Amino acid sequence: MSYFSRRKFLGKTGALLSAMVAAGFITSSAMAADYPTAEVNTTGLAVTDDTVTVGILHSLTGTMAISETGAQEAEKLAIKQINESGGILGRQIEIIQEDGASDWPTFAEKSRKLLVNDNVAAVFGCWTSASRKAALPVFEKENGLLYYPTFYEGLEQSKNVIYTGQEATQQILAGLDWVAEEKGAKTFYLIGSDYIWPRTSMKIARIHIEKVLGGKVVGEEYKPLGDTQFGSVINKIRLKKPDVIFAAVVGGSNVAWFKQLNAAGITADKQTLLTLSVTEDEVLGIGGENLEGFYSVMKYFQSQDNPNNVAFVKAFKEMHGEDSVIGDVTQAAYLGPWLWKAAVEKAGSFDVDKVVAASEEGDIELTTAPEGYVKLHPNHHLWSKTRIGKWNKDGQAEVVYTSDLIEPNPFPEGYQ
Amino acid sequence: MGEYSIQELTSILAMQGFAGFSLFSVLLLMALGLAIIFGQMGVINMAHGEFMAMGAYTTYLLSVVTETYFPAFMDYYFLLAILVSFLVAGLFGYITEFVLIRHLYKRPLDTLLATWGLSLIMQQSFRSIFGAREVSPALPDWLMGSWMPTETIFIPINGMFVLGLTALVTLGVFLLMYRSSWGLNVRATTQNRVMSGAVGINTKQVDRLTFALGCGIAGIAGAAFTTIASTGPTSGSLYIVDTFMVVVFGGAASLFGTIASAFTIAQAQSILEFFISGSMAKVFTLLALVIILMMRPEGLFSIKVRK
Repeated sequence: MSYFSRRKFLGKTGALLSAMVAAGFITSSAMAADYPTAEVNTTGLAVTDDTVTVGILHSLTGTMAISETGAQEAEKLAIKQINESGGILGRQIEIIQEDGASDWPTFAEKSRKLLVNDNVAAVFGCWTSASRKAALPVFEKENGLLYYPTFYEGLEQSKNVIYTGQEATQQILAGLDWVAEEKGAKTFYLIGSDYIWPRTSMKIARIHIEKVLGGKVVGEEYKPLGDTQFGSVINKIRLKKPDVIFAAVVGGSNVAWFKQLNAAGITADKQTLLTLSVTEDEVLGIGGENLEGFYSVMKYFQSQDNPNNVAFVKAFKEMHGEDSVIGDVTQAAYLGPWLWKAAVEKAGSFDVDKVVAASEEGDIELTTAPEGYVKLHPNHHLWSKTRIGKWNKDGQAEVVYTSDLIEPNPFPEGYQ
Repeated sequence: MGEYSIQELTSILAMQGFAGFSLFSVLLLMALGLAIIFGQMGVINMAHGEFMAMGAYTTYLLSVVTETYFPAFMDYYFLLAILVSFLVAGLFGYITEFVLIRHLYKRPLDTLLATWGLSLIMQQSFRSIFGAREVSPALPDWLMGSWMPTETIFIPINGMFVLGLTALVTLGVFLLMYRSSWGLNVRATTQNRVMSGAVGINTKQVDRLTFALGCGIAGIAGAAFTTIASTGPTSGSLYIVDTFMVVVFGGAASLFGTIASAFTIAQAQSILEFFISGSMAKVFTLLALVIILMMRPEGLFSIKVRK
């Protein structure tokens, strides 16, 4: 409901204000004076009468910088917008940024620094599961609060983490259902890089294909991380003739995989391919011409046509350059600060325990999310819609399917 | 196998054969530059992958320049890019030898550390200059797609291109090393540096040019690999392990050893991968290499040198 009235409001007034800022306007009446520091911060966090300090912890250097750049840019944008709309409980957010340097122990070390030395009220960060697993014990021991943006394999739920990306079943099941129904797919070839996320994802996929869809997995293949030669695998796929290739190849391998697939004549007009691991960020390296017509299953695509997203893309490009692209994780990272703001305002406090308790009531929602609408589930994950995007040559995807709102289920029964 | 026709199976066999040759050419092209630097000079160049990435980024830059200013030449820029990549990486190699490597010839383990440090510096420089995200050079149309000799056989054109280029570069290196007087100087320096100096060979000059040549060839490899793989700040590190594997297995000082080694590894890997999973194929290939190297520590081929 509020979605439509806001659109009308924007249309009528012709206001250039982004939807996000407009949303902030309504709640920005909170003044710091109404919330004395002694009351909103009883645990010694870095909160003063007019500021609150948070941490951003992503890899700015090393292998993962390629993926994590977008996430930290989005978090900074969200924080800037929150500050412009009056901050949180009348306080401006200040950022301490640390570099995880693509090294998992460094993530743990920097988490400790942010929580113990800087006493930050919340941390937005981590990207790979490995970095999250490394930082997790620190967050649990020091009772910190982490907003984690990446879609991941599930099987985790910590009191001290809010997961703003999709867990595996949200992403995979809807995608498989769509391809089975829309393309009449019966046979599947699963291929991924050889580490925990693709393996867990493919395990879930195989069970769903065999038990629920009544289809058949004709091949399951894992390539070492960083492998760039797919000639033999492509021939195997040719031999098996699957209706669908279901792929979760990552990093430099991902680029090689699509380039070689295309060169081998396996293109979208002859073969349906659905991937879990291509967002707008990856397309830059792969090249749109190598992806044309293939499908990605994500919860967000940059091309989504709703007023929230139009405003978000515009603001993002203004802050980080006209050429920037926005992938699924970037958008999920953008949600972090907004979800935190909502929880803090609901709790009327920055104390981690109170913010977590407010988050766990299951009624925190963002009607202004670029992906449309999300709601925080008591299990710390988000209700979200899954979308299928069909890639165009220009590196953008056309959304061809949007699911209903899917309940997050990090510990799916029967899928483990 | 009843559901497949004879024609299909033959086609797959043909394509699988090509996949093996394609992998062979990729491994060989990666390893040629290192075979010269590590094989001839004994320098453990951990930054070899980054010299490849330098070639790849040169290609990317040229593709952007061509697309912006000379769109009519898009079809041909790639050939120029290979040449320019060779020159850029070679020049940088020349400078590296002068600034860094020449001080460390007597301390081979320190070169390992120094070149590893160099590789980190180069990676971060790529990241600062070109951004952390991967880039994709626009490829000319003639390099895309596949050649179909029959209805059911698809041979990737970029694979054939790399194969051809590898043959050309290998031939070039062979002629230079074994049929030119400069090559004779290089080989003489490798075998006995003091004696070579005594008979009037400028061994320092030889070292510098040899190192530059090896880096230049890495640049060519990098340019060629933009057609089949990724171009990013850390792309080079994807190749370094395979590269050393090929050179060490082949026997450090032998060009033929490198060729034979690339061929053996490629065929083993590609055939195994067809029947078992990619990760396991790699495990078995590496296991076989370890066993063979235990029996023949000097590699497949080695030049007898008086120690």
